[in-house]
Amino acid sequence: MHAEIRVETDDFDVAGEWAAMRARLGGRAGAVVAFAGIVRDHAGTDRVNGLFLEHYPGMTEASIEKILVKASDRWELIDTVVIHRVGELRPRDQIVLVLVAAAHRGDAFAACEFIMDYLKTDAVFWKKERRGGEDAWIAATGRDRERRNGWETDDR
Amino acid sequence: MSSATSAVVAVRFFGSLREAVGLDALALDVEDACISGVRARLASVLCADALRALSGQGVRVCVNQTIIRGNVELRPGDEVAFLPPVTGG
Repeated sequence: MHAEIRVETDDFDVAGEWAAMRARLGGRAGAVVAFAGIVRDHAGTDRVNGLFLEHYPGMTEASIEKILVKASDRWELIDTVVIHRVGELRPRDQIVLVLVAAAHRGDAFAACEFIMDYLKTDAVFWKKERRGGEDAWIAATGRDRERRNGWETDDR
Repeated sequence: MSSATSAVVAVRFFGSLREAVGLDALALDVEDACISGVRARLASVLCADALRALSGQGVRVCVNQTIIRGNVELRPGDEVAFLPPVTGG
């Protein structure tokens, strides 16, 4: 399986990444699923002016690789790409891209959701929300953990 | 178990801990080359608030990017990192 992981400050081009993946796939894949995460301008009822994301170069990529390995153990995947941005981000900015290619759509849909759910809890990032004059480091939400743990329950 | 040898190690802080300490990294000459030796040495250079943050709930310690538990021996050039609970992406 081809797996590509990039953690970078620059924005990404979904169409360009999609085209690059298609060029690698040849005729093997019957499905490509893409998920793009976008920074919201609110958290609950609070207005969010921006996010700051920090990572640990090397360890963060390794934590994402572990997630991709888990996904490829579970589904027949041909190609995966994860691009995650760090640094200062504003509402409406793209923050994360997950591309998954598989022979069949069921595997591609499920693996893409699985990868995203694990990225939200297990990937080594620290996130600070900028709300008005006040900045706050935030934690993974209970809902994120529930979604991730749902996959663990499926394992049993 | 602690070693009697000394070593210069790199210590890094991330997220809220980086802010609490006021530094992202420092080189530390530790007499007792192990994690508790690093903590003892930090106690002599950091303020009480920073030290409290470093021993806060959920803080994990890494050596060369691997999370460790308890006290481990360190070699010269090792990188010790203090990580607050990760937020995820």
